Amino acid sequence: MDPGIRWRVRKSKAARAVMIALLCFCNLLLVAMIGGLFWRSLPILRSEPLSELLLSTSWAPLKGEFGLLPFLLGTLWVTGVANLVAVPPCLLTAIYLSEYARARTRELVKPFIDLLAGIPSVVYGVWGVLVVVPLVRDHIAPACGTFSSGYSTLAAGLVLAVMVFPTLIGVSLEVFETVPHEAREASLALGATRWQTVKFVVLRKAAAGVLAAVVLGVSRAFGETMAVLMVAGNVARIPHSVLDPAYPLPALIANNYGEMLSIPLYDAAILLSSLLLLLLVFAFNLASRLILIRVERRAR
Amino acid sequence: MDLRRAEEGLFKGLMLASMVLVLGSLALILGVILVKGLPAMSLDMITQTPKGGYYLGKEGGILNAILGSLWLTLGATVLSLAIALPVVLYLNTWRDARSRLATLTRLSFDILWGIPSIVYGAFGFTLMLLFGLRASLLAGILAIALLMLPIMARSLDEVVRMVPRDLLEASYALGATRWETAVRVVVRQALPGLVTAVLLAMGRGIGDAAAVLFTAGFTDAVPTSLLQPAATLPLAIFFQLGTPFPAVQARAYASALILTVVILGISLACRLLTRRLVKNVVR
Repeated sequence: MDPGIRWRVRKSKAARAVMIALLCFCNLLLVAMIGGLFWRSLPILRSEPLSELLLSTSWAPLKGEFGLLPFLLGTLWVTGVANLVAVPPCLLTAIYLSEYARARTRELVKPFIDLLAGIPSVVYGVWGVLVVVPLVRDHIAPACGTFSSGYSTLAAGLVLAVMVFPTLIGVSLEVFETVPHEAREASLALGATRWQTVKFVVLRKAAAGVLAAVVLGVSRAFGETMAVLMVAGNVARIPHSVLDPAYPLPALIANNYGEMLSIPLYDAAILLSSLLLLLLVFAFNLASRLILIRVERRAR
Repeated sequence: MDLRRAEEGLFKGLMLASMVLVLGSLALILGVILVKGLPAMSLDMITQTPKGGYYLGKEGGILNAILGSLWLTLGATVLSLAIALPVVLYLNTWRDARSRLATLTRLSFDILWGIPSIVYGAFGFTLMLLFGLRASLLAGILAIALLMLPIMARSLDEVVRMVPRDLLEASYALGATRWETAVRVVVRQALPGLVTAVLLAMGRGIGDAAAVLFTAGFTDAVPTSLLQPAATLPLAIFFQLGTPFPAVQARAYASALILTVVILGISLACRLLTRRLVKNVVR
């Protein structure tokens, strides 16, 4: 063989080896993350039973009490509010864009939804402090006949709702695209109105995918940190109404990065919360992605 | 019959209202940031580092954060591109894009994409403990690079997958090796999408605060080496808003405006570049 060719082939093989190494790195990253966080949270897992950590409500790091329940429930409340607010308008918007709007309108609106996805979390937080918090304090709380500082579960939920708009709309649009046109045409030919077609054909066919979109939205909301940190109030108590402050897991992690190395077990508790958050999001994400892969396969 | 028409009308109305709500929120966010940020804007904000007492309302600017974010994002972009591009090229040239390995890798990138940035920060923190690294530009770059990796890889994959198979076959038939085909044919073909993917990931990286909170630290000085801590724009906004002084809070609004303009600029550049570079691509 000509040495030039041998050199070229060798270069190609070397490149392949590097690429495979990088591929392994990418596929193992998740395992490394779970392993790394687990390793660092071992001290607290050894000193206290997991059930105690997860189900106790007393959070007093100085006394060595690390009950994570208020934070877990805070996360659930905030996420629940966000999705209750966000899911109906997002589904309706996605239905409009995919079933009613002309292609030109759709192409016109999409960049704006992408823009909404691109706005940094901190900017959402600033907006929340400027608009949503005063709204809750001055209008919503008095209307309910109570007092609230505005920094509340509701404020965090409303800000989060806007933040999950792009995920919900984007994924739902993709799902609606997988519904075959023939199905819609058959329904319209039988005399159904457009809305009836949506209700009885499109939504029924896309049900699994829409569920996946919602699950993905939920998992997005679980992990949002900065914006929530800025508007949720951050009081380590279980919220009893949406006007109470909440202290979600990500806010706990972000708020304590500074002092956690000075108190024993504190850093392990914080990294255990990160691990819990990671596992929670991982489970939701995996579920929704598996549904979406199946939806896509069926469409092909 | 009339009931059906009423239902149709009702839901159409609801849909339009929803659209207005979604697009209105975007307009409201941009509007509020603009209205609140503009009065506090000044040349000093973007040309000065914080002077003594800046966080009490004395003079200075956030040049430290702007430059810090810039270095951080550039470093992270280069690093994550160096990992993502080879992986994507391997999956699409050496392997069949529809192979089981490719599907698995895509799934794991999708899941990584969903992992919250605060978790990347916490993981970066465990890495720092492992290597004895302190909060620094380098640690921040590592965390942000990991955060950007799935975004970059998934968007690159979408464009590289679109390169026609025939072009690859033609290149092999002319005697090119896989590596030569990947670099000279696939990359060139996918260049517009490649640029878009990089910009998309950059936009995400520059706006992220949670991952750098643990890893990059915060300082009033402009970093001069990889091992020094670095300020970032999102954290500058966060800290300024956290002070009790209205004058400093107003600067937080101005900083938010700067960050928003940067993000808008990046996404605009994305659209314009895509259009311009598409000219050189074989269809």
